[in-house]
Amino acid sequence: MDNVDDASVITREGLQCLLDALSGRGYMVVGPTVRDHTIVYEQLTRTDELPTGWTDEQDGGHYRLKRRPDDALFGYAVGPHSWKRFLHPPRVSLWQATRDGDELRFVPARDDPPRYAFFGVRACELAAIGIQDRVLMGDDYIDPHYRSRREQAFLVALNCSVAGGTCFCDSMGTGPDVKHGYDLVLTELLDDNSHLFLIRSGSAEGAEILAELPRTPATATHQAAATAIVEKTRSQMGRSMPQTAIPALLMDNLEHPRWADVADRCLSCANCTMVCPTCFCSTVEDTSDLEGHTAERSRRWDSCFTSDFSYIHGGSVRNSTQSRYRQWMTHKLATWVDQFGTSGCVGCGRCITWCPVGIDITEEVRAIHDDVSSGAKE
Amino acid sequence: MSDDLMVPEPVRVLSRQQELETTWTLELEAGQASRGPCLPGQFNMLYVFGVGEVPISVSGDTVQSETLVHTVRAVGPVSRKLAALKPMEIVGLRGPFGVGWPMTQSEGSDLLIVAGGLGLAPLRSAVYHVLRNREKYGRIILLYGTRSPNDILYSPQLEEWNQRPDFEVHITVDHADSDWQGMIGVVPALVPTLGFDPEDTVAMVCGPEIMMRFTVNALRDAGVEDEAIFLSMERNMKCALGHCGHCQFGATFVCKDGPVLPFDRVRGLLSLKEF
Repeated sequence: MDNVDDASVITREGLQCLLDALSGRGYMVVGPTVRDHTIVYEQLTRTDELPTGWTDEQDGGHYRLKRRPDDALFGYAVGPHSWKRFLHPPRVSLWQATRDGDELRFVPARDDPPRYAFFGVRACELAAIGIQDRVLMGDDYIDPHYRSRREQAFLVALNCSVAGGTCFCDSMGTGPDVKHGYDLVLTELLDDNSHLFLIRSGSAEGAEILAELPRTPATATHQAAATAIVEKTRSQMGRSMPQTAIPALLMDNLEHPRWADVADRCLSCANCTMVCPTCFCSTVEDTSDLEGHTAERSRRWDSCFTSDFSYIHGGSVRNSTQSRYRQWMTHKLATWVDQFGTSGCVGCGRCITWCPVGIDITEEVRAIHDDVSSGAKE
Repeated sequence: MSDDLMVPEPVRVLSRQQELETTWTLELEAGQASRGPCLPGQFNMLYVFGVGEVPISVSGDTVQSETLVHTVRAVGPVSRKLAALKPMEIVGLRGPFGVGWPMTQSEGSDLLIVAGGLGLAPLRSAVYHVLRNREKYGRIILLYGTRSPNDILYSPQLEEWNQRPDFEVHITVDHADSDWQGMIGVVPALVPTLGFDPEDTVAMVCGPEIMMRFTVNALRDAGVEDEAIFLSMERNMKCALGHCGHCQFGATFVCKDGPVLPFDRVRGLLSLKEF
């Protein structure tokens, strides 16, 4: 499909037709909407449920919604939700066991996830989905719960028209422009006179749906406007990751004093792992009825910041906050590369924004980098 | 069978034998759905109804494919219940998982098998293999350290093996009363006294992490190459599939890349506090 350029332009009504077309094909459309003063991902049926005219102000430990002077539908960066909550849900029931006399039976839990259509998937988030694909279905062992959701999902991607204060996808090489891995991709073109969406397909199904929409072919002017929007976004990144060989930098400095410094600030609250679109760790929880006939096991998100996470008989391997932060960051940026051939960070900035004390992963890398390189010069 | 490897299969306990004050050996039905025969050093996830699931290494002769043998020390909520199971009771079984001891790779070499405490259990499956294929290996030394003479696991078997002309057993304890005729001291201190050929020896080590750390140092000091030292690591595990993330040790998922790892893969990490 790569060379079929069906770049078209649709209006806001056309965007509603897209939502309708997806629903009509049996998809549950999920996209951004405003709830509790944040932009989260929920089921959508109408374009006016999108965060129309809203933007977000993001910084370390800071997130505020603000009014925009226009009616942009996608004029904000990512919020606390990621698509992870749909593909790798926070809680999944695994099985039920029934004990009857001296018999024991295990029955796998029914798992009939909806066919999701994700509406407005940013470049960083596509990269994150690609990373979770490798983690949960890229090896001999495949997570059937992830796979059943992922294989059916339809992705409407979005080129970012604004960068948030904690965004650094450009320096991670994941955005802000969407390159591949989508069914359809949108760019919002908004000026004083018109409100249009450049749309292009990236899969056979995407092309089929696009062909059903009321649209006009994109002109060179539209295409140039879209390119300019993405380039402007690229120039607005609120953060940047130091451009250095990060895995070696961190693994060569596992006992750097900076780990103690960050541990003094870190609350070990696990927020960063919950909002991270690639963090995949989970634990299992068992419940049983009072009579002792049935027991049920479910899986839920877990975090390497908890003390239970590394517990073996005799105690936790990682008791200190310092060791937990080091585990999280060295995994995300260094050992992840050994395991999965890619960094575990996509530069979405969520861990910075949603850290209650504003710890900034780019700043932590920079601190070690600057210290090591200044030491090397001396 | 479900294609979901998180779903256990019910299997019966066939027998239960007390080994030490808090340690029992269970013999289980092998199960139909298990993913092939166990190899020495691999582990299974054992689930006790309503209590939970833990990874336990195989401690038996893996050629006996109709049964599974696991030695369990009763230390936590699940292992206490596991160790208390009686014949005909049912447990949930998933496995086998992981990479075991380098039995094929070490053919033709001398073997130095070093165990600390319950670490002898996963190594016993390797010993069974070696004794069945004795001609494929050179000199075999088993070095076993434990807390006291009362904590010597598989004691009758150790004596039986030591009777063999082609198998050396050295046992040391941390402390003992005057009845003890054997050695007192820690395992790493004995390594230099064994007089083995470091260039032709593969070392297989399992025990508490601190014991393994000092044993590795002693082995390296004696001239054993890093690539010839294998450790069986222990970490928290929930899935055994490399998905739950709990068992990570640097770039290693102990569940699927291990539990047996060549030392050169974890060099530099083993000595780090809380890594």
